[in-house]
Amino acid sequence: MVDIPEHLLLRTAEARAKALGITVEQALAELKGESAPTKIEKEPEVLDVSPVEKEVKETPPPPAAEVKETPPPPAAAVKEAPAPAAAVKEAPAPTKTNGKTNGQIPAEVDFSPETKVTQRLLTVVKAKPIQKPASEPVDKVNTWPHLMLPEFISLMAMTAFLIFISAILQAPLLEEANPNITPNPAKAPWYFLGLQELLSYWDPQIAGVMIPLLIGVLAFMAIPYIDRNKDNKPSKRKYAIMLWTFFLAGAGTLSIIGILFRGPGWNWTYPWIDGVWFDDLLDWVHFE
Amino acid sequence: MKNEKIKFRDRIKDISAGLGDSLKESTLWGSIFRPGSPFRKGYSDSPRNRSYVVMNNVLYHLHPVKVKRHGVRLSYTLCLGGLSFFTFIVLTITGIWLMFYFRPTEMAYVDIQTLQTSIAFGSLVRNMHRWAAHIMVLVVFLHMSRVFYHGAYKAPREFNWVIGVILLILTLLLSFTGYLLPWDQLAIWAVTVGGNMAGYTPVFGQQVKFALFAGLEATEATLLRFYVLHVLFLPFIIVIFMAIHFWRVRKDGGISGPL
Repeated sequence: MVDIPEHLLLRTAEARAKALGITVEQALAELKGESAPTKIEKEPEVLDVSPVEKEVKETPPPPAAEVKETPPPPAAAVKEAPAPAAAVKEAPAPTKTNGKTNGQIPAEVDFSPETKVTQRLLTVVKAKPIQKPASEPVDKVNTWPHLMLPEFISLMAMTAFLIFISAILQAPLLEEANPNITPNPAKAPWYFLGLQELLSYWDPQIAGVMIPLLIGVLAFMAIPYIDRNKDNKPSKRKYAIMLWTFFLAGAGTLSIIGILFRGPGWNWTYPWIDGVWFDDLLDWVHFE
Repeated sequence: MKNEKIKFRDRIKDISAGLGDSLKESTLWGSIFRPGSPFRKGYSDSPRNRSYVVMNNVLYHLHPVKVKRHGVRLSYTLCLGGLSFFTFIVLTITGIWLMFYFRPTEMAYVDIQTLQTSIAFGSLVRNMHRWAAHIMVLVVFLHMSRVFYHGAYKAPREFNWVIGVILLILTLLLSFTGYLLPWDQLAIWAVTVGGNMAGYTPVFGQQVKFALFAGLEATEATLLRFYVLHVLFLPFIIVIFMAIHFWRVRKDGGISGPL
C-alpha cells in the first residue's frame, strides 16, 4: 500500500471529522483502519436540474424528522451530521426540505475507503493557476554547449583571421610627423571620412559639429524614446527599417567617396584612373 | 618476446591512466576545477553539470544558464556583440605588449621603427593591434545595425541602447587617440583634420580644440595627451560602460526576440 504522508492524512481526518461530526482522533483512527468506520445515514446525491422533480434529497436529513426518533445530543451524534448547523443551512431551501418529508428512507452511506463514496458538488473552482505567468514560456537551451560552442568557434575564427591579415598586410608607417609639411589631401581616419566629405559641401559648423553631435550622438541615443512602436517584426516597422537603411546607404556612400574618390585639393578622382589617396591602404593597394 | 612487448605497452597505458586518475583525484586539481567542470573527475553530460559549467566559472557566468533557442542561431546575432568584446580583449593584450616598446615622446616614431624591424613579433603584433582596431570599429557599428534591425532597443532595453551608443563613441575615441601614436605623417594630419572639426564647435570651439591638442596644433604635448587617454583613461571608462552593458543585457531579459 502506498504510504500517505502524515500531513495529508491529518487534513483528510479533519475534513472527515467535520463532515461526520466526530473527533479528529477518531477519524484518524478510522482512516488508519484502527477502528471501524463511522456509519452515517446519507442519501446518494441526485443532481436536481428540473424544478418539477421534488425528490431531491439533501444531507443531512432535516432535524424535525430525525431528532424525534433519535434524541441524543448533537455532540454524540455519531450517526448523523451535527443537527443545529444543518438546520440553519437547510432553512433557506424550503423546496428541498419539502422533498425530504416525502417519507423516503435515507440510504446508508459507508465512508470507509473500500466502499462506494457519494459526493456532492460544493462549489465549482475554475481551472486557473494561482500565479499568473507574466509571459509565455519560451523555448530555451543550455548555454553550455549550445551557445558557448558557436561563440568559441567564432572567437577562434576571428583570431585566425586577424593573425592572417596581420601576417600579410603591413600597417602603414609614413615619414616622421612634420607639422611643416601638409600632405595633400589630408584625410581623417576612415570612419570620419563621410563627415569630411560632408564638410566639403556644407558649412563646417553644420557638417563638422552639428551633424555628428546632434545626429550622431543625441538622435541615436533618443531612438528608443522616439520609436514608440512596440512591435519588433520587420513587417510591422517598415518605416524605421527604411530610415536606418537610408542612413547606412548615405553614410556608406559618403565614406566611400571620401576614401576612394577624393584626391589632392579634395577634387574628385577616379581610383582606377588617378589612383587612391588613402594611406591606411598604402602598403597593399597599388593603383598609382 | 612479442608477448612481453604487448604486456609492457599495456602496463604503460595502465600507469598513464593511473596517473591521470590520481592527478584528477588530487586536492589541488579538485580545488581548481569546480563542480561541473569538464576537467573534473567524474564529469558526465547531465543537465545539472551543464548548469554548473556556466555557474561555477568566473568567465562563463557572464552568461545565463539557459538562453532562448533562437538566440544561439549564428544567423540571428552573427556573434557581433561577442566579437566586439573579443576584439577589445585582443586590443588590450596586444596594446599592453606594445607599451613595453613605445615612448610617447619625440622618440615615438623611432620606437615604432625599432618595433617593426628589430623586435621579435613586433611587426605582427603592431599589425594585429591596428587591424583589430579597424575591425572593432566596424564590428561595433554592425552590432548596432543588427540591434536596430531586430528592434532590440525597444522596451525594456531602451537604456541599454543608450549605453551602446556611448560605447560606440568611446570606441571611436579610442581608435582616434590611437591614430596619433605612430607619430608619422598619416597620424599627425589625420588627427589635425579631426581636431579641426572639433574646433568648429559653436561658441567654445577654440577651447575644445586647445584642450584636445594641448595647444594650438598637434605637437608632442598632444602625443602625450592622446597616449594617456588611449592606454588608460578611455579603456577605464569603456570597461565600466561595458560592464553595465553586459549586466543590463541579462537584467533586461537576455537576447531580444524572436522576431
